[in-house]
Amino acid sequence: MKKSRQPFFTPWRIAILACLVLIIAGLGTFLLLDGKNIAVLNPRGIVADKEKDLIIFTVLLGSVVVVPVFIMLFAFAWKYREGNTKAAKYTPEADGNRVIEVIWWGIPLIIIGVLSVVTWTSTHDLDPYKALESDKEAVSIQVVALQWKWLFMYPEQGIATVNEVRFPEDTPVNFTITADAPMSAFWIPNLGTQTYAMNGMSSQLSLQAHETGEYRGSNTNINGEGYSEMDFKAISTTRQEFDLWTKAVAGSDKHLDWTTYEQLARPSKDQPVVYYMLHQPKLYDMIRGKYMDMNSASSSKDSSGTMNHEGMH
Amino acid sequence: MWGRLSLDALPHDMITIGGVVGGGLAILAGIAALKYFKKWRWLWTNWLTSLDPKKIGVMYLVVATVMLLRGLADAGMLRAQQAVFATSDNGPISADLFQQVFSAHGTIMIFFVAMGALFGLLNLIVPLQIGARDVAFPLLNSISFWLFVAGMVLINLSLAVGEFSTAGWLAYPPLSGLQYSPGTGVDYWIWSLQIAGIGSLLSGINFLITIFTMRRPGMSLMKMPIFIWSVIGCLLLVAFAFPILTATLSMLSLDRTIGTHFFTSEMGGNPMMYVNLIWAWGHPEVYILILPAFGIFSEIVPVFSKKRLFGYTSMMLALMAITFLSFTVWLHHFFTMGSGANVNAFFGIMTMVIAIPTGVKVFNWIFTMYRGRVKFATPMLWFMGFVVTFTIGGLTGVLLAVPGIDYQVHNSLFLVAHFHNMIIGGVLFGFFAGVAYWWPKFTGFYLHEGLGKVAFWCWLIGFLVAFLPLYALGLMGAARRLDGYDASLGWQGLFIVAGVGMVIILAGVFFQIVQAGYSIWKRDELRVGSDPWDGRTLEWATSTPIAEYNFATLAPVTYRDDFWEQKHRPELKKPTALIEPIRVPKNTGIGVIVGLLAVVIGFAIIWHIWWLAIIGLVTTIVLIITATLREDTERIVSIDEIMAKEKRLRGTSA
Repeated sequence: MKKSRQPFFTPWRIAILACLVLIIAGLGTFLLLDGKNIAVLNPRGIVADKEKDLIIFTVLLGSVVVVPVFIMLFAFAWKYREGNTKAAKYTPEADGNRVIEVIWWGIPLIIIGVLSVVTWTSTHDLDPYKALESDKEAVSIQVVALQWKWLFMYPEQGIATVNEVRFPEDTPVNFTITADAPMSAFWIPNLGTQTYAMNGMSSQLSLQAHETGEYRGSNTNINGEGYSEMDFKAISTTRQEFDLWTKAVAGSDKHLDWTTYEQLARPSKDQPVVYYMLHQPKLYDMIRGKYMDMNSASSSKDSSGTMNHEGMH
Repeated sequence: MWGRLSLDALPHDMITIGGVVGGGLAILAGIAALKYFKKWRWLWTNWLTSLDPKKIGVMYLVVATVMLLRGLADAGMLRAQQAVFATSDNGPISADLFQQVFSAHGTIMIFFVAMGALFGLLNLIVPLQIGARDVAFPLLNSISFWLFVAGMVLINLSLAVGEFSTAGWLAYPPLSGLQYSPGTGVDYWIWSLQIAGIGSLLSGINFLITIFTMRRPGMSLMKMPIFIWSVIGCLLLVAFAFPILTATLSMLSLDRTIGTHFFTSEMGGNPMMYVNLIWAWGHPEVYILILPAFGIFSEIVPVFSKKRLFGYTSMMLALMAITFLSFTVWLHHFFTMGSGANVNAFFGIMTMVIAIPTGVKVFNWIFTMYRGRVKFATPMLWFMGFVVTFTIGGLTGVLLAVPGIDYQVHNSLFLVAHFHNMIIGGVLFGFFAGVAYWWPKFTGFYLHEGLGKVAFWCWLIGFLVAFLPLYALGLMGAARRLDGYDASLGWQGLFIVAGVGMVIILAGVFFQIVQAGYSIWKRDELRVGSDPWDGRTLEWATSTPIAEYNFATLAPVTYRDDFWEQKHRPELKKPTALIEPIRVPKNTGIGVIVGLLAVVIGFAIIWHIWWLAIIGLVTTIVLIITATLREDTERIVSIDEIMAKEKRLRGTSA
């Protein structure tokens, strides 16, 4: 059957192409204008740096498969379209080719093999339980996810804050994270790695900011009605500013002990930033203790407050 | 007497009331129409009580379509909230309602749209494609369907009576525990899933047995259509994974109703165990949905390329590999729970390994087109769109599989974009392709091509516009499920773009509905024969409309694409078989009644009306025992009747 040759650019096709071009152009414009706003791709910390590199590496490696797939898909679709009976071969009986099939079991196998090695090493390197190494002394901060705010306690400095966490630049910060709320997740995108906060558990996370700055932190795991308001400020300062600040807060007339904690822990939204003198140094362990029964408490209570989470390691 | 039930359970906010009134009016209109056209009896005898898988399949698809509209309405509310109202405190959607809506959206889309469409297609296609006359257990099939409907009724009832869960589609404890969710929402979630899930499990076993025992003589495993292989993979997963869901939901339910401590934070309970268990079901569930979509494309590409499927054995091996591997990756859903580097790395690598067989499948489809004669009818367009979106989704999936990357994008909108990429671009496009492909087999007329193409382009473009911004937002630090965010973050523009994408998708759905309506209206112009696409598999061998016994004779098959070989190689000697009387199952209302009882039991447990639950359970058990003792369950179609029917359907005698 002969059909009169149809022009390729019918109005419909032009409209569809225009839409696709618009989408790509929109994406490009966005990246150009707003690229700096993309926290994960603009890391400000040592962990987030590595994670960004990992993203770029994996995308490039994946492109080794994705790009040929797209090219072959459209090239074959065009060449072997029904109307193209003259230029294209037709082999209806062909149903396989050992060599070709071995090639594409092989290529993805090699790529995934490479990626597996990278995954194994990077996962160990980025293990949040591994404290970052540095010649500077690390700062320890205990984090408690509450409904719906974040409590930060500095046992060494004897202070506590709500919805704002400060730490010195270029220094490892070792967070130990728990919750007195439904499972929540602690995330500072500019600095890297999020971690779940769970009742009775103590997750660990070591981060380090390159320079001074103010970053957004948030909760990413739904934990009730006020979930979306659980943003906090993560502020990286100079060591000197940090020391001055902790001293000032330590002199605060607001004391955080079990009674004030219980008030604070009640579900509330729009919680403003508060600074406390940490009156009860064992508060973090007491909060975790709320969820420990007789069986697991004996095996897991140690002075550092780290849970026997290692059992899963 | 009535447990927790009181007048307080009626909806309070305007949006829910609007939904209830709208839904109620639609149901009333339906009832009125049935009464006006005097179709009650027709509906009861021809459809509701039918044990014919072809009819049960259509009913599944109808329910799934209605639920798709409900899920889309939910999605529309989510997009509207995030695009317009999220930066201020005075939008029409409260945080509580927003959380109910996204929980309902996920639950409904997976359990009542995707699973419904899946079992609908299985009912329609599997018996025909293996050359069988029925499924192994026709009554069980009907009961499965009505349990699915019962779950659907319960989840929608939560709109009118009580509330829905606010704990997300997988309801992690402790949030879903009694302490933080004391209301009936989580119970509605549990029992609608529990009931529909039991239906899925029964149906899965039923179809597995059907495939293993009722194939046409001569159809060895390696001669089965690849779609059937994909269904075997899918159903093995159903059979092994759904019991985990049932057990997990039972334990959560016990925690909530009788005060056990499986998943509580205190008293030795462990919520992390729930997270593990729910994903030990949840990850295979993803493959339960996608494998049949792979199977559908494996049928469509050869037919529309007029060429054999490239690498049948590879395809089969890839399917089985994915089936097995899908049980080894569940932990990648919670790398951030702190399992330690060895465990995380192991599960990350296992996840990437799945990309190998999946990649092989994509290559084989593309090489099926190579040296073919590719006709770009709508099913093939869906295939092209699928490869594009699914490949992007595959790449972002590999990103998420690397624990170090997942640490940064987990629970963000990047993740949301990824799984919509797989479920819309993979599962949904696959099912749409299947519906467009098989529609003429069951109706005798084509779906209108032009409208189908418009719908496809709306879906594809709408999908890109709706979900590419979510990838960007995720990398910008936007978590999933936010009902509000600070205006200074500069996210609103992208959320508005995503909302526009949603509108384009809705236009696609609109055109699909118009397409179906218009095609039915103009069916005489679109009329086709029993084999409109020059098909390769046995479903195209029988007449259209299809007799209730599917095939008059069960002539043995010799080749993989036996029907195609018979058509295109005239030298082959046609195998024949004697016409014999055929047994077909009689209609029965047992399925409907079991479904009804399931609604009553579920409702009674949700509201703690214990006496009613006990009565319901006892009645169900008695009913099912009685049902198994029935003897007069089959009707025999005589040879004369078959001859007459075949003559009418085909114009010739069989």
